[in-house]
Amino acid sequence: MRIGVALREVQRSEAGLAVELRRMADEYQDEVEIHHVAQDLARWSDEHVHELAAAAARHGEDSETLAGPGRAGPGSPPDAGGLLAAGSDPGLALLADLRRLYLAAAGVSVDWELLGQGAQAVKDAELLELSGRCHPRTLRQMNWANAMLKVLSPQVWAR
Amino acid sequence: MAFKDRIAHPWGSRTPYGPGQEWPARVDGHLAEGVAPQDVDRWVQSATILHSNGDALDIAVKDDRVVGVRGRAVDRVNRGRLGPKDLFGWQAHQSADRLTRPLVRRDGALVETDWDTAMDVVVRRSRELLDEQGPSALAFYTSGQLFLEEYYTLAAIGHGAIGTNHMDGNTRLCTATAAAALKESFGCDGQPGSYSDIDHADVIALYGHNMAETQTVLWSRVLDRLAGSDPPRLLCVDCRPTPVAREATLHLAPLPGTNLALMNALLHEIIRRDLVDHDYVQAHTVGYQDLVERVADHTPEVAERICGVPAGRIREAAELLGGARRLLSTVLQGFYQSHQATAAAVQVNNVHLVRGMLGRPGAGVLQMNGQPTAQNTRECGADGDLTGFRNWSNDEHVAELAKVWNLDTLQIPHYGPPTHAMQIMRYAETGSVRLLWVSATNPAVSLPDLHRIRALLARQGLFLVVQDIFATETTELADVVLPAATWGEKTGTFTNTDRTVHLSERAVDPPGEARADLDIFLDYARRMDFRDRDGAPFPQWHDAESAFEAWKRASAGRPCDYTGLTYAGLRGGSGVQWPCTAERPGGTERLYTDGRFWAAPQECESYGRDLVTGAPVEPVEYAAMNPFGRAIIRAAEYLPPHEEPDGQYPFALVTGRTLYHFHTRTKTGRVPQLSRAAPEVWVEIAESDAREAGIGEGDLVEVASPRGAVRARARISGIRPGVLFVPFHYGYWDARGQDRDRAANEMTVTDWDPVSKQPLFKTSAARLRLLRPADGRSAPAPTTTASRPVADGVPATTGGPEGLCQEDVGGGAR
Ligand code: SF4
Repeated sequence: MRIGVALREVQRSEAGLAVELRRMADEYQDEVEIHHVAQDLARWSDEHVHELAAAAARHGEDSETLAGPGRAGPGSPPDAGGLLAAGSDPGLALLADLRRLYLAAAGVSVDWELLGQGAQAVKDAELLELSGRCHPRTLRQMNWANAMLKVLSPQVWAR
Repeated sequence: MAFKDRIAHPWGSRTPYGPGQEWPARVDGHLAEGVAPQDVDRWVQSATILHSNGDALDIAVKDDRVVGVRGRAVDRVNRGRLGPKDLFGWQAHQSADRLTRPLVRRDGALVETDWDTAMDVVVRRSRELLDEQGPSALAFYTSGQLFLEEYYTLAAIGHGAIGTNHMDGNTRLCTATAAAALKESFGCDGQPGSYSDIDHADVIALYGHNMAETQTVLWSRVLDRLAGSDPPRLLCVDCRPTPVAREATLHLAPLPGTNLALMNALLHEIIRRDLVDHDYVQAHTVGYQDLVERVADHTPEVAERICGVPAGRIREAAELLGGARRLLSTVLQGFYQSHQATAAAVQVNNVHLVRGMLGRPGAGVLQMNGQPTAQNTRECGADGDLTGFRNWSNDEHVAELAKVWNLDTLQIPHYGPPTHAMQIMRYAETGSVRLLWVSATNPAVSLPDLHRIRALLARQGLFLVVQDIFATETTELADVVLPAATWGEKTGTFTNTDRTVHLSERAVDPPGEARADLDIFLDYARRMDFRDRDGAPFPQWHDAESAFEAWKRASAGRPCDYTGLTYAGLRGGSGVQWPCTAERPGGTERLYTDGRFWAAPQECESYGRDLVTGAPVEPVEYAAMNPFGRAIIRAAEYLPPHEEPDGQYPFALVTGRTLYHFHTRTKTGRVPQLSRAAPEVWVEIAESDAREAGIGEGDLVEVASPRGAVRARARISGIRPGVLFVPFHYGYWDARGQDRDRAANEMTVTDWDPVSKQPLFKTSAARLRLLRPADGRSAPAPTTTASRPVADGVPATTGGPEGLCQEDVGGGAR
């Protein structure tokens, strides 16, 4: 079934988001809100990956070959160049990473959207329920990255 | 007139009363040795300044010295009663070691100077930084102990004249979650309930609130109800065997960091058994369905596994809450300084919303404050709020404030929430905050992870101004020290937890060249030559009363409306609860009596935050969710704490306070009666844990976390097994040779609630080891409080002859 592609896609991007969140938690031990909340939010992505694996199995997809934790992040980092390129300035580096995180979460959000649409099309109530349950948390992850950008950026720009 | 040892009996004699009756008066007083009431030259009106209860008192003055205090029987808050800290605390102000002259750092050492020189240094550095970097280089960290007029002035200078976003109070450690929880549920800060709800309640639930020690007079009110006819039943949630727990019908002791799991199970039961007021929910709230779904699977059994509280007890607690006809709930640091602080405190509001327990006598919520004037930092905007409970993400509110101040709107930073204390410290650490002005607080002892805090405050490149009444661990690191006046030496108002405003008048002159904080701030503004849009000096006011009148205009039309209050009106009678307006000249006892809230999108102080991520809710989203301004039921999932006990650090470490001390003891440590009652740091250990570790009462032990260690004597108490408690009051100014092993915050973790940004002092992991056996001494911990020993034979805490205070109970006391 083609819906398997959508399932795989969201699973892959969720796993990548979990990796990205944990990487940020590691990298920013001294930015403690980022450090702690990123870990909490990575847990959500883990749970989603887990549930997606179960759903994939029920849909006859081989979840083993799909993404699991540890698999590479969401493809190439979106827009690594430009003003926000992680240079020697730690403030700018943090903004660049949050920006990347925001975009990664946005990617996952799109994938959930697609899965939800697919689930409607094939009238798969279970998948629809899954995406209805998980997608809002993806949006919250995205909002968090956006909020941290808003809060932290003025001090970086003002210097 | 009778005398009572108020160190041995902190709550004084009982004056029992029944439901709905007026709390009888009892006048407490204490005068210096050798001074009789008839010797007093004059009595000067004020209120208490060593906790948030706002007990009204008169200061006794003889020969231009403060010689004692006496409670004010007319006042609605205390009806004449005073707690031990207030009866004895005033003596500290007369200590010989008050700061009396400004100090500046020269060649590494602080040397005395005059005001002109000291202020010039501050002004010059401020100007340089404003030129070089702009407002983002300047930050202000204030207190919970200044007066309303001072906070308002500081807010106007910081947010208005300078235009920095970096301003907070150490109320962040204390009441930030109270404010956040109220904003989440009701759209706006403002205490819904009233202390008088104690007179009417049939069930009182205290969540992480050791009221007996934090607000002793309020607890006397509860004790008097318990001693009277038809007493209320008490639910206590606390991991320590507090005096509250001992009086409680039901005491639940969840593992530190699991409060939200417990609350969700209580709500699960209330909903499952349909103890819900559906009419109230329907008419006055949004979000109920989310809560139902969120707690659907969160049974008491699930909570038992997380919190270590038996499911049966959770059911009993839900029954108690669900069966109440008049439910009063109070919340404090056990929730506010713990993991998922705001989410847990919000669930207490939710209990009241789903049960329709708001706005009538006995049915109220008290999201408590710790510090005496914490409420005013919030109202005035000297913490992470905008003046007058305005909404920083509502452009109209910002424009309105700019109009009140007669400044350009762009001058007031509102591109994000004002920077919270821990983030200010982070900016100081990374070098983008370069001038930090600390007033009336002592971060070098009170903030978590002191090793880090000391390092960042001492950092080259940080210009540190500290304004205080004593030399402290923080002034030691300062570049400029400004000597301040304190309570009794200056005039102003302040507001307690239940919105009661009191006037506190100047009774005596400050020592030496010390000045009122208000005068210091205004002097700085004049020297900086701040101007408003018409070129007039800004702030436009010049003394306490004109500052108060200016504040009234800033508060007009907002929930904390002070327009009906005047200094003259506050003189003589009782304190008055805001809002107080021309239409309500007597003030307002309870908010939300008609089920109407300050939550409409155009009115609310906050659109709320995600209870897990802390991300602010966007205006459009809020308007869609709550177009009609109802109360908001916000649900949240439990997450495990960020630092949990493990093999290496097997204990949960909780820090907190004791009845006899305030904050970092700069005042109470200088008062003989209070100091003797709790002279040294200690650690509380459960009997079973102590046995296992081979530790007995009074043994010297070391408590260590991954960050630092404290050496202290062990008190074997009834604390929950697996938990250690260390009081946080003890620093180094009087440590006599002890080296960085006395302050509890050597051990605490840097972590904060993502919603309220309140640091977490109740969820660190620690280990314990015996250093030396007791040599016959017991721990220096009070026996009258939560630190009561389990074993007999520990000498009782008493005050002796010096602890005797007057107590005038009229009739009916026992
Ligand atoms: S001790 Fe400090 S933090 Fe605790 S309630 Fe009092 S003022 Fe607040």
